[in-house]
Amino acid sequence: MSHSQSSRTALLWHIGVWALFALVIVVLPYIFTSSSSISMMSQMGVFIIFALSYNMLLGQAGMLSFGHAVYFGLGGFFTLHAIRAVNDEVWQFPLELMPLVGGVGGLAFGIIFGSISTRRAGVTFAMITLGIGSMVESSANMFTDFFGGESGISGNRVTDVTLFGFSYGPSIEVYYLIGAWTVMAAVAMYLLTKTPLGRISNAVRDNPERAQFVGYNTTIARFIQFSLSGFFAGIAGGLFAIMFEIMTAPNVGLVQSGAVLLMTFIGGVGLFFGPIIGAVLVTYMHTALSGFSEGWILYFGLMFVFMVMYAPGGIAGVIYAHAAPWRAGLLWRLLPSYLLVLLPALLAIAGLVAVVEMGYQLSLAYDPSSPIDLFYMQINATSLWSWLVALLGLAVGIAGVLATARVVRARWAGVNRSMQATGAKT
Amino acid sequence: MSDALKLANVHKRFGETPIIRGVDLAVAPGERHAIIGPNGAGKSTLFNLISGRYTPSEGEIALHGKRISGLAPHQINRRGLSRSFQITNLFQNMTVFENLRCSLLWAQGYKYSFWHLVGRQTALNEAAEQWLERLGLSARRDVPASLLTYAEQRTLEIGTTIAGGADVILLDEPTAGMGLAERDHTMAMISEVTQDKTLLMVEHDMGVVFELADRISVLVYGQIIASDTPEAIRANAAVQEAYLGEAH
Amino acid sequence: MRPTLSHFAVAGSPVMLESIVFSVLNGLLYGMLLFMLASGLTLIFGMMGVLNFAHASFYMLGAYCAYTISSYTNFWVALILAPLFVGFLGALTERFGLRNVHKHGHVAELLLTFGLVYVIDELVVLIWGQIPVNYAIPPSLDFTLFTLFGTSFPAYRAFILFVAIAMFGAIYLLLVRTRVGMIIRAALSHPEMVGALGHDVPRIFTLVFAFGTGLAGLAGVMAGNYYITEPGMAFSMGPIVFVVVVFGGLGSLGGALAASLIIGLVTTFAVSLNYSIADLLAAVGLGLDGANIAGGLAHIDLSRIGQMLPYLMMVLILIFRPRGLMGARES
Ligand SMILES: Nc1ncnc2c1ncn2[C@@H]1O[C@H](COP(=O)(O)OP(=O)(O)OP(=O)(O)O)[C@@H](O)[C@H]1O
Ligand SMILES: [Mg+2]
Repeated sequence: MSHSQSSRTALLWHIGVWALFALVIVVLPYIFTSSSSISMMSQMGVFIIFALSYNMLLGQAGMLSFGHAVYFGLGGFFTLHAIRAVNDEVWQFPLELMPLVGGVGGLAFGIIFGSISTRRAGVTFAMITLGIGSMVESSANMFTDFFGGESGISGNRVTDVTLFGFSYGPSIEVYYLIGAWTVMAAVAMYLLTKTPLGRISNAVRDNPERAQFVGYNTTIARFIQFSLSGFFAGIAGGLFAIMFEIMTAPNVGLVQSGAVLLMTFIGGVGLFFGPIIGAVLVTYMHTALSGFSEGWILYFGLMFVFMVMYAPGGIAGVIYAHAAPWRAGLLWRLLPSYLLVLLPALLAIAGLVAVVEMGYQLSLAYDPSSPIDLFYMQINATSLWSWLVALLGLAVGIAGVLATARVVRARWAGVNRSMQATGAKT
Repeated sequence: MSDALKLANVHKRFGETPIIRGVDLAVAPGERHAIIGPNGAGKSTLFNLISGRYTPSEGEIALHGKRISGLAPHQINRRGLSRSFQITNLFQNMTVFENLRCSLLWAQGYKYSFWHLVGRQTALNEAAEQWLERLGLSARRDVPASLLTYAEQRTLEIGTTIAGGADVILLDEPTAGMGLAERDHTMAMISEVTQDKTLLMVEHDMGVVFELADRISVLVYGQIIASDTPEAIRANAAVQEAYLGEAH
Repeated sequence: MRPTLSHFAVAGSPVMLESIVFSVLNGLLYGMLLFMLASGLTLIFGMMGVLNFAHASFYMLGAYCAYTISSYTNFWVALILAPLFVGFLGALTERFGLRNVHKHGHVAELLLTFGLVYVIDELVVLIWGQIPVNYAIPPSLDFTLFTLFGTSFPAYRAFILFVAIAMFGAIYLLLVRTRVGMIIRAALSHPEMVGALGHDVPRIFTLVFAFGTGLAGLAGVMAGNYYITEPGMAFSMGPIVFVVVVFGGLGSLGGALAASLIIGLVTTFAVSLNYSIADLLAAVGLGLDGANIAGGLAHIDLSRIGQMLPYLMMVLILIFRPRGLMGARES
């Protein structure tokens, strides 16, 4: 049977990809050895799980949530309380399994709040999640024993109760703990997409009405998917708590919820690995940019808006769009036109960055006339000339992008025609 | 023995406007029943009432002697009634194979399982493959539904409706918009796959109707004005006047 | 100025009455400000199906623009120009942003406005800086209107109430009396019909979005100097406005008005009630620190319930009456 043959190669292929993923996680600390890299890569692991759990809602079931940090944050708080209990020797539980405490906490609250919110879909669902998110965040002031008030809750992850004998004091040990959980959680979430629930979630996303007429209660499908997504968010929160040993009220809040939406969408909601790209990229840029520029949130916002408008499939979607031309051997016809756009695009970006950085310099710096280091130059934000040059670069760049984008579109049209003519799969 | 499907004094009003105005209908098990009537008579609305998309304003609907009016669509579907749509209503982003497999999931008892991998469910996949073959869509197995031709989409629409194994099937203009050859092919397929099922079908094409149906009901302006064998309907003066006269 | 126990105990005394009267006035005031924001939001939603996540950001822009304009001219010029300018920015947003993603559905539109929140909030920091700007109440309105029980009521608060009521009247007349208003009302109840009747729907959308954001800008002009004009003002106002709109029923103006007033009054009263609850509990010997549930883990500080109350109300109404107070249709 050809189908079982192809399903066997597909299985091997899957195992290979996941093994590679695990291998990369194992090897990375040997390449990036500094403690700040280890810490950043640990965060990436946490946010990969968090973003994948978010995509169980947005990408797989079509549910736009503005309150997913509730399950992440509560999971973290539960984990930290459990760690404190072990610290105080009132409970014995190995640290390696502590993220499960967060998962169960996330699942429990996913069940509670999911039973309210998943009764509705679309924009109303989004609003309810926003309301629940705000409610939980503002309730932190009320339940001060649980949330720890202003200063939050902290604990000590070195509990001496472990499975494998590591102390988890050094951050590299925490990195590998997070890495192991990242692989397990990602594989689990991937497999979930291949279950009846996963398929029906897709069906409910695409056409809730038809899903009903093949026997499914769309509310229950959404509800189960939502609860499970809370479970994985809770695991991510538990790892976050282990890593930082402190949880504060904003961890359950709207800013955190917005961040996971941002990284998931930028990575791409349409493909399973999209959120992984998003989590890695956003964490990297956050760490790299926030030290260097005041404007990193603005850059993220602009990038997000740009993607909503022109690349709703995110980075993964852009990559995937090239799979078909690549298979058909037509990629070479697209690449030159990309180079053509790249030049004015870089100019526009440079102009924009200069304008933004000079703006921040004027409004925030103690001495606005002190020069800023940008593009290996020293730029004076108080000089009219700097502004003129930057704005000119921006304007010329945008005009150039608009002009050359036409070439790209024409090339794409040509490639699509060729593919249709040869009957290649799209 | 109870009727497969029984409607008693069913009414539907949208706001003040009565669309279905007291329909009584009984379909025996195994019967192939056609509903004909002019545009806007309320045929699709009647299907929406039976399948639970709308709730009747008045009256009762029973499936195998058990009341189903007021139930949600998924509950009615689980009791063995499935319907197709006049305007194609598929999972557009899924492949043909996935569409068929999704429509088999509940029927095969998977419910909301998140502990089975669909790829490893041999019976499920074989059933889906068989449906692909019966529908003549094997060559299009991995094409997203949105990229199918119109006739292929209509075929898949019928396939998704029947695959779940319901024993009462409602088809709303299954061959609408098809060419002659496609239509004959589709009707042959329908007649094959609905063997020993109860079939209720809306159809405009008289040739098809008189050939396939055991009984025909004529719906005009929300009321059934005649319900009889094809021969009797052909001879019925009221029908001639109200419907056939203007349609032909 | 934490009131003492006697404050609660002697209900009916002038002190208590004063607190009630002022709470009502302040609650109405806050409610009317909420309504200025909510009316635009609900109009946009009802008409276009777009939930403008960045609505509070336009509100903040209104305040900052008013600050800049009034620093060159005066408050009265800003009162006219700032909302117009914000409405113009809204029109640009609709024309060059929302219209492009319209084909991807309402969730994409919501995402776009969500991204705009980051962009606008950061642009405000970029242009006006991180620290609050000195957007002051105009001298001509900076006096005490009346004094009741020894507490003064500033004239500017009365002015806010006046503008809000005038705005409500204007919207009402616009919707009921003018042709555009009729189209908008038709679109609120039967969105699919308006295009069929041959109206230029995209242009109406641009106008409605501009109008709605302009109203948010007006609210910003009025509230920026009453509260504080600072970069966090959008974030503190945003969620509560959504609560109001959902609570009142998406797309319903009357519902938005009722919900604004209810939430304005409830939150204002909750703040003053906090002390009363605290004192009441203390009086019966419980004390807040003693209110333990579930073995100490869930110690509840009841005096903070005020912040949570609106969200709780929203969740409750969504459970028991999903279309809100006066919503015509469910999402
Ligand atoms: N949801 C609804 N709200 C208001 N009116 C409706 C609704 N659904 C159907 N109608 C009206 O009910 C009448 C009957 O429509 P229906 O689709 O049932 O007709 P039909 O017999 O299937 O016609 P056709 O042959 O064109 O498919 C029409 O006038 C239609 O406008
Ligand atoms: Mg019809």
